[in-house]
Amino acid sequence: MEGPRTLMTDTLTPVLTANWDQPDSFTIEGYRRFGGYKALPKALAMEPDDVIATVKDAVLRGRGGAGFPTGMKWSFIPQNDGKPHYLTVNADESEPGTCKDIPLMMANPHVLIEGIIITCYAIRASHAFIYVRGEVLHVIRRLQYAVAQAYEAGYLGENILGSGFDLKLVVHAGAGAYICGEETALLTSLEGYRGLPRNRPPFPAVEGLYASPTVINNVESIASVPSIIGNGSNWFAGLGTAKSNGFGIFSLSGHVKTPGQYEAPLGITLRELIDLSGGMLRPGHPLKFWTPGGSSTPLLTSEHLDVPLDFEGVGAAGSMLGTRALQIFDDTTCVLRAALRWTEFYQHESCGKCTPCREGSYWMVRTLQRLENGEGTDEDIDTILDVGDNIIGRAFCALGDAVPVPISSAIKYFRDEIIQHQKNGGCPFDPAASTAWAV
Amino acid sequence: MPFSEDTLTRLKADAAEITGRYPRARSALLPLLYLVQAEEGYVSDEGMAFCAEVLGITQTEVRGVATFYTMYKHEPAAEYQMGVCTNTTCAIMGGDQIYAELAEHIGGGKPHGDGHHDVKSPDGKVAVERLECNAACDYAPVVMVNWEFFDNQTPQSAKKLADDLRAGENVTPTRGPNRLCTWKQANRILAGFGDGQAAEGPSAGPASLVGLELAKERGWKAPEPS
Repeated sequence: MEGPRTLMTDTLTPVLTANWDQPDSFTIEGYRRFGGYKALPKALAMEPDDVIATVKDAVLRGRGGAGFPTGMKWSFIPQNDGKPHYLTVNADESEPGTCKDIPLMMANPHVLIEGIIITCYAIRASHAFIYVRGEVLHVIRRLQYAVAQAYEAGYLGENILGSGFDLKLVVHAGAGAYICGEETALLTSLEGYRGLPRNRPPFPAVEGLYASPTVINNVESIASVPSIIGNGSNWFAGLGTAKSNGFGIFSLSGHVKTPGQYEAPLGITLRELIDLSGGMLRPGHPLKFWTPGGSSTPLLTSEHLDVPLDFEGVGAAGSMLGTRALQIFDDTTCVLRAALRWTEFYQHESCGKCTPCREGSYWMVRTLQRLENGEGTDEDIDTILDVGDNIIGRAFCALGDAVPVPISSAIKYFRDEIIQHQKNGGCPFDPAASTAWAV
Repeated sequence: MPFSEDTLTRLKADAAEITGRYPRARSALLPLLYLVQAEEGYVSDEGMAFCAEVLGITQTEVRGVATFYTMYKHEPAAEYQMGVCTNTTCAIMGGDQIYAELAEHIGGGKPHGDGHHDVKSPDGKVAVERLECNAACDYAPVVMVNWEFFDNQTPQSAKKLADDLRAGENVTPTRGPNRLCTWKQANRILAGFGDGQAAEGPSAGPASLVGLELAKERGWKAPEPS
């Protein structure tokens, strides 16, 4: 609720998704036909610091969940320090509900590559990596193919477009570890070790990959750079809301008529998105709860349908914008089942480095299972909240902080339903009623 | 089984290409593990010894890394590794039912434990495991085979898929190449060696396009720069 949008814009504003319906959108030709690789010569003709300033002025906030201003992150890279600089794109998209970067890289890998080249020029890096999760084979094929095409066209390699700027780009497949989406764990993994997070400070901008200055940005953040350079920071800042500039891909999943990707200015509401999607999946089954940005963002309910989906609006509603991963559940869904499954996920993905996360997630799952089976007590709910309070802020990284999020927010809105399991001697919901094929 | 001289020569050439991509050789460990998994279908003791030798580190260091990441198998994998997403959205949309029915269909009994381990068909051709979120929530419930997408599945479609794979039928992923590759071939791509099939399959699946299509229908677009 940060005031009116600075410009009247259309409800949906395809930029990154604009060419996805073209049969050759993933090729260099299919990208160029939509204006691709036009921002690159413009950037190469600018001073690197001016490129940073343009992205700063646009106030592009990180699209990987945290919302940290991208241009500011770039400006933390020390210059003339005699060390190599690196860019690592975080393409390890694994946050439950998040499904925007994978289709983006499958359909339009060149917008990411153009963004990478411009970013590396700005931060004076000559080696970049796309750390992509391994479980998406065709996306990896498309990235490898696009990188090879970009080398052939002279956009990568030595003396790019005669500018004297050199860049090597490597597609690096992860190997199945959610923790590697945490930026310091990602770097440890890219160095060839178990993906354990590191202490900060030192921050990656000072000591990142191989202890050299490193920028780590989400796929969508970097993919937004070419349009900012091409159209100007005012154009970008004219989209969205007062403090949440620009556009983003909103991913609808679950109990809606038409799940999928909707690219819109930040600040659109869930009510608008559900309307665009044709409404809820089944007549007579209204919205019960939803995540605004993946499983690590507190659940919201039908009270929050008109919350502007920008960083401030969702924050004021007690959650986080996260990755705009809108997982929608209707009243056939047991909230305890949903929260337990997410908690099991965190337990499975906890790297084990720190005790609060490793042990806390384990005990939380055990207590939740007891509740789900109808064998819990009212005291278990207090125990869960207490364990949660003792994980948050005491874990080594953000994975630990996320462990209690689904269940604490479920208790906040649905305490009675959770207690009902115990009175009922088990879950009062029929899981068959919430499937995609239930009528 | 130790690698033959010919295999070793070939693997060494591939390994040199992999290490050459990185400023420091140790960064090549994950792709090297994929390389040896592509050779044998899993990461064997010999495979780990090979990685250790290439990088000049100990086998224990290699094992420490190989056991951290779930995509490395420590016993021979099936030719087709199926995975059913049972994270919350897929589970609720029917993934739990798909996994239960598929595991029973393939393995002939109820799976034990948490299902993160493989249930294999008696002929060893197909295996199924539970997966965490595979970033395809708008296509829920999702099944992966050798890390290719099979979107919007039902228990019936998933069981038919397993039957087709066991019968050696040609199977086409929803968003992927025209023909599904084997587990070993998939691992070679993960090691960074393409198979020339990147241009096959759709640019995007139907759910990826819903917003764009709606925008076109209603004449909505991003503003022109002033």
